[in-house]
Amino acid sequence: MKDFGFTVQLDHSIDYDAKDKRMMRYVLYHEPSLDWCIGCGSCTATCSAGQFTLFNIRMAHTLLRRGETEKLKQELKKCMFCGKCQLTCPRGVNLRNVLLRINRAIELFG
Amino acid sequence: MKVEGKRRIWKDYQKEIADDRYFYVRSCVRQNFFPASEKMFFRILKEELGKDIFENAAHTTCSGIGYHSDVVPFETTMTMVARQFALMTESGYQNFTTSCITSFGLYTEILETWHHFPEVEARVRENLKKATGREFDKPSNLSHASDVIYKFRKEIGEKARYRLVNKQTGQPLRCVEHIGCHYSRMFPGKGVGGAEYPYVLAGMIEEWGGEVIDYPERRHCCGFGFRQYLIQANRGYSLSCSKKKFDSMAPYKPDLILTNCPGCPMFLDRWQYTLSEMEGTTYGENGQGIPVLTYEELAGLVLGYDPWDLGLQVHQVPAEPLLDKMGIPYDSNRKFLNRDGQSMGRPKAPSFLKFY
Amino acid sequence: MDPQVIIIGAGIAGLTAAGALAEKGHHVLILEKEAQPGGHVAQWDRLFPSRRPGSEVLDHIRKIMDGRVEIKPGIRINGIIAHDQDFTVLTEEGTSYTGQALLIASGFRLFQAERKEEYGYGIYDNVITSAEVETVFKQGKKLLTSKGTLPQRVALIHCVGSRDEKVGNLYCSKVCCVTGVKQAIEIKEQLPQCEVFSFYMDMRMYDRHFEELYFEAQKQWGVQFIRGRLSECSEAPDQSLIIKTEDTLTGRPLRMIVDLVILLVGFVPEPETGKLVEMLGLSTGEDGFILPSDEHYNDNLTTVPGVFLAGAVKGPATISNTIADARAAALQIDSWLKTKP
Repeated sequence: MKDFGFTVQLDHSIDYDAKDKRMMRYVLYHEPSLDWCIGCGSCTATCSAGQFTLFNIRMAHTLLRRGETEKLKQELKKCMFCGKCQLTCPRGVNLRNVLLRINRAIELFG
Repeated sequence: MKVEGKRRIWKDYQKEIADDRYFYVRSCVRQNFFPASEKMFFRILKEELGKDIFENAAHTTCSGIGYHSDVVPFETTMTMVARQFALMTESGYQNFTTSCITSFGLYTEILETWHHFPEVEARVRENLKKATGREFDKPSNLSHASDVIYKFRKEIGEKARYRLVNKQTGQPLRCVEHIGCHYSRMFPGKGVGGAEYPYVLAGMIEEWGGEVIDYPERRHCCGFGFRQYLIQANRGYSLSCSKKKFDSMAPYKPDLILTNCPGCPMFLDRWQYTLSEMEGTTYGENGQGIPVLTYEELAGLVLGYDPWDLGLQVHQVPAEPLLDKMGIPYDSNRKFLNRDGQSMGRPKAPSFLKFY
Repeated sequence: MDPQVIIIGAGIAGLTAAGALAEKGHHVLILEKEAQPGGHVAQWDRLFPSRRPGSEVLDHIRKIMDGRVEIKPGIRINGIIAHDQDFTVLTEEGTSYTGQALLIASGFRLFQAERKEEYGYGIYDNVITSAEVETVFKQGKKLLTSKGTLPQRVALIHCVGSRDEKVGNLYCSKVCCVTGVKQAIEIKEQLPQCEVFSFYMDMRMYDRHFEELYFEAQKQWGVQFIRGRLSECSEAPDQSLIIKTEDTLTGRPLRMIVDLVILLVGFVPEPETGKLVEMLGLSTGEDGFILPSDEHYNDNLTTVPGVFLAGAVKGPATISNTIADARAAALQIDSWLKTKP
């Protein structure tokens, strides 16, 4: 193959239909309260890990929904499991279980 | 798909296109990219339609490439455009027709700017007068050359020797129409059919017997975009844009792509070669690629002009499969002969893209 | 006998005000441009947030009014003459009606979705409006694709014709968010296997029980909400639709194939009302809806004594807002008639 001094770039957009949704289905099955999220970001604002790293639990949820597995794996490693996110959630999402289930889903499908 | 829905939108975006006496300005790059297209525009207008079309040898770049690459300031560009208008005025013409889409967009943008800010127009007039001693009238009609071909699509259709129909199957050819971004995206009301469902090329395809295909990425830019092309390392961005379009149109099995911009046919044609060499990917049947034509080339084919006089041999994607579909005869031995009948040499065959 | 009050428009605003005025003993005449009274509500199936049938509300309003109010359908007004004491309404048919007070209750029109050219309404077979969804439900039919198949995935698009300077409508139409949530639930009720996505900019769940409905849509029905406005829609070879939006919570463009796109169309001023505004010398806001003489104290009054306003002529309004507003207008008209010399 020829080298022209430039490369084809990957499409940055999320192609929803091309993504694997098994992790999302697994987590929602075991923790249905995740469906109640309204994306307010109070979890991320209070997150202990998020003060010093780029961890964003609100974003992690969206990545799960979109099937962005690789990014999600990197994100989850930063969580310290302190549970502050769950304290602030206005919708009462059981975030500790969500995080546990995402980790389990990574083992199963990641 | 309900075509009547599109027709309703097209009705809302009709523009006035002068019917004779055109002052024509060439593109900076088309004579290199598609050398015969502008010449064929003259031939079609003069010989087929009997129109008065004139160009002035003192015409220069409109500076659009420099303007869109952030190296020429708007003030300079406006003065250069004012000079082109002065050439039109001095030549005794009022209808301005551009070969280039970016020029068309730029002329439109400048006329709109002057309309809303008359003090800017006054300043430009003063600058032009001081610098060159020239004065000008604004054009009474501004059109792109594809508007003119669109306007006379019926007359061309009546003289057609070949139609956009597969001679073997009797089916209409499946055509992608791709409009240059600067044609109607900035000012939807200045383009035939508007910006979302432009009709300028679709109207030609319909009139000459083809079928327009509507594919998801039809609004996406070809990727030329000036800035990303100028630096070699950035060209991957340009290439990726074209690839996005090819991947999106491929399931619709297009027979050809029709364009009205200098950059789009260049990149949609040449990038098919580049992609095939980089990744081994070819589009179209049997590694033939999807032929990309300018509106002059397509009009010329329909009118029965010799494909090699139309310059189709300088395309990277071979035109022969399309010519065969339309039933247009061609002499393969003449393909690489110059005007005087001497050999120009035969280019090296690409690794994957079919070569005839 | 000439009526005391002429009401223009037999939607819920006009009918409610007519009933309230009749109860107070006034002689009321309603002029309606359509063949049937009931306005938009007559076309709708179930109402948010409780999902009670719209016909129930309409029947209740009509029960109060029936037998006491005259309705003239199919009327086109082409002139209004204001005298010292009364108003004469002239129609295209050559008839005229004179009354002492005039209530403009001529409502709104739904935004014409084809004006959002990039959404392909009227071009792509599977792009429909929220109003068409109501018709399907009202006829007791199943929501189907243009090919007659059950949709596997549906996208509801918020803010179509609202909060959009490009179509000249800066305002929020107020009812579309909750209508979208209601219809999302109804689709899930009807087609439990269908994935329902809602594309929104903000969820404006401002009124009583709205937020609860939103919560129900998430909790009970698994409706998925993606924050991002639809940018464009294209048709795939199988007539499904490819939609593009920004998933603003990941900050990236998102592309998705859906079987049906439902456009939640907003309110626009009724063009016929524009003629009344001209005839009477009333003023409108930048949004094109009629301005009352005071937005807080006299919001059923106009700058012309004897001319009153009720309902969505003043801008987007829910049904409950409209009913309350129409009753208030009736009270204002009643006291105005009593104090007239």
